Amino acid sequence: MSVPHKVGSVKSKQVSSFVMQDEEEGLDTAEGEEWMQGKTLVKPPDQLDLTEAELNEEITRVLKASNPNAPQNVVRYSFKEGCYKPIVFVDQMAIHFELEGNLVHKDSDEGRRLMAKQAEVDDGGGDERPDNVAIKAGKREQKLTNQFNFNERASQTLNNAPRDISCQTEPPPRANFSATANQWEIYDFYVEELQRREKSKEKHEGQFLNKEEDKSKKKMIQAETQNDDISQLAKVVKIIERMVNQNIFDDVAQDFMYFEDASDEFRGEKGTLLPLWTFQYDKAKSLSVTALCWNHKYNDLFAVGLGSHEFTQQGGGMLLFYTLKNPSYPEFIFNTASGVMCLDIHEHLSYLVAVGLYDGCVAVYNLKKKTDQPIYNSRASSGKHTSAVMQVKWQKDDLDSNHNFISVSADGRVVSWTLVKHELVFTDIIKLPVIDTIPDDLNDVIPTVGTSLDFHKQKDYSFLVGTEHGKIHKGSKYYSSKFLEKYDAHFMNVTRVRWNPFHPDVFISCGWDWMVKIWDQTMKSPVFTFELKTSVTDVAWAPYSSTVFAAVTTDGKVHVFDLNINKYEALCQQKVVSKKTKLFNIEFNPVHPIIIVGDDRGHVTSLKLSPNLRKKPKEKKGQDLPKGPEVEIAKMEQLLSSLR
Amino acid sequence: MAETGDGKKEDADYKRLQSFPLIRHTDMPEEMRVEAMELCVTACEKFASNNESAAKMIKESMDKKFGSSWHVVIGEGFGFEVSHEVRNLLYMFFGGSLAVCVWKCS
Repeated sequence: MSVPHKVGSVKSKQVSSFVMQDEEEGLDTAEGEEWMQGKTLVKPPDQLDLTEAELNEEITRVLKASNPNAPQNVVRYSFKEGCYKPIVFVDQMAIHFELEGNLVHKDSDEGRRLMAKQAEVDDGGGDERPDNVAIKAGKREQKLTNQFNFNERASQTLNNAPRDISCQTEPPPRANFSATANQWEIYDFYVEELQRREKSKEKHEGQFLNKEEDKSKKKMIQAETQNDDISQLAKVVKIIERMVNQNIFDDVAQDFMYFEDASDEFRGEKGTLLPLWTFQYDKAKSLSVTALCWNHKYNDLFAVGLGSHEFTQQGGGMLLFYTLKNPSYPEFIFNTASGVMCLDIHEHLSYLVAVGLYDGCVAVYNLKKKTDQPIYNSRASSGKHTSAVMQVKWQKDDLDSNHNFISVSADGRVVSWTLVKHELVFTDIIKLPVIDTIPDDLNDVIPTVGTSLDFHKQKDYSFLVGTEHGKIHKGSKYYSSKFLEKYDAHFMNVTRVRWNPFHPDVFISCGWDWMVKIWDQTMKSPVFTFELKTSVTDVAWAPYSSTVFAAVTTDGKVHVFDLNINKYEALCQQKVVSKKTKLFNIEFNPVHPIIIVGDDRGHVTSLKLSPNLRKKPKEKKGQDLPKGPEVEIAKMEQLLSSLR
Repeated sequence: MAETGDGKKEDADYKRLQSFPLIRHTDMPEEMRVEAMELCVTACEKFASNNESAAKMIKESMDKKFGSSWHVVIGEGFGFEVSHEVRNLLYMFFGGSLAVCVWKCS
């Protein structure tokens, strides 16, 4: 097909054919082979099939500088001419690509503005922060310092001068050690070890049974240590208790030690008894004091036996030990099955206490032991008294150095008890003679009630027994069939008979017939007789003087006599307990000038003797002291001789 | 034959009986002692043929645990005299014929 072309395009045709020829030539030259391989004619399906002639036909193409897309027939309305006119000159520019640049001329407005901004940013880093807002507000164009708030000030603290300090610790201690490691050494050591292990195994097996015991022992020991702790505390508590008591009864303690009644000088012969402490125990309220005894070793300790004198009111009994250091609570408390009637503390072994009970038992308590059971009790023994034991007295140890004591009871027997190992062995000493009024065949049935017993201080085989019928019998331990002497002392019950501590022949007795009688054992009739208006329940000699004694009566009075001063009258008759309280016992303290009296309320009152009552006649100074007992004896003798 | 057999058995017994680790002398505190002993036993069992490696292992472990610097000697026949820091010495036997001495001295 021939396409109509514009003239002047021969060159272009040639160019186009030339291009085509180039293509073909290109195929043959340079990279011909590769192209040759890939040159298989691939016809697109919509290609025009042209004949060769048509293919050889040369067609001219023309390139123009006009935009083929630009409209060629743009028409504009012309207002001047009033009609549409074609615009000849159409814009032929075709924009293929557009890119806006970001470069600004530096002299333009925007350029200058930008430059100013840049400068601002560079300077802005050095300003103070707090004023930044103000600064920024005020420094759009220029850096202004805020004169009101902004102040720059710098200072430098003092830097301490650097110092060098060095320290050297002690190096860990070193020791030297040396040994040799040989085969035989090793072997020996192993053998030893094995032997040791075998031994320990055997021990273990043997001790397996013991282990449990050990454990229990350990527990015991632990418990004991715990107990020990408590008991150690108990010691401390005891001391504190005593201190507290001393503080409470401070005035009493002062009186006890130092007070001497000055008014005695004005009273002539008379003396007074100053009440000191009162000892009472709550649980003993219903019981009455039946026996008192001072401890010889510890002069502030005394024993109180509690029971009942009434036949109809028998209950339990108590044995209490008080000390003057602690008046508010007893040191030792023992409960007995029946009322305590009498007690005695061993002279040398002050922890042994013999007690006679209303039911006829005798018991021995050991204060050292913690138990509150007697170590000996005559309950089971055959020689037990069948009736109340009225008096017990310790004796010297017998030939086998066994302790022994003697008791007299309402069944009329005087029995000696020996502490052999774990039991009491009795020996009848003597039987009290039956009074004449009882027919002979009833001799064994109706006994003579022995009420009091006392042993001679020096000749301790000689003793006195007082009876219910008012007789006093003097006997000897060596004569078991008969009494040596009989004194018709009182009309009624003899409540107490006591030897004089100094004079070997003198003894005193008292009874319910209101009488106190002093006897010389060689004479049948009393040397002195005193009537005290009521039943006399107890009488005691003073340990410091052979002529002083005190008696207590059922009207609550204590009578103190000093025969050396006044042979007929008491130096002191003082009521020491409240109304209707009977006094039953009196004892002098062996060392201190105090006496204790027991009443039927279970109270024990301690009283201090005023100086008048304790007078020792001083004949010549320097002569008195060494001759104490002899002077006493002489004194007594003087008195007696005047009456014989 | 039987006797030698018995002899061998006895030896074996001895070996069995005596191969437990046995401390000959030490002044270490309880924990350190136990740990060191365990360590030695482990090391000796691991390097039964090579004393040097066993010693090396023990020394390094002790250094790490208890601080430097430790010294270890393992052998069957030797004598020694050493200065050691107090409460840092262990001298023990192991395996019936092996002796191990471990001490610290910086």
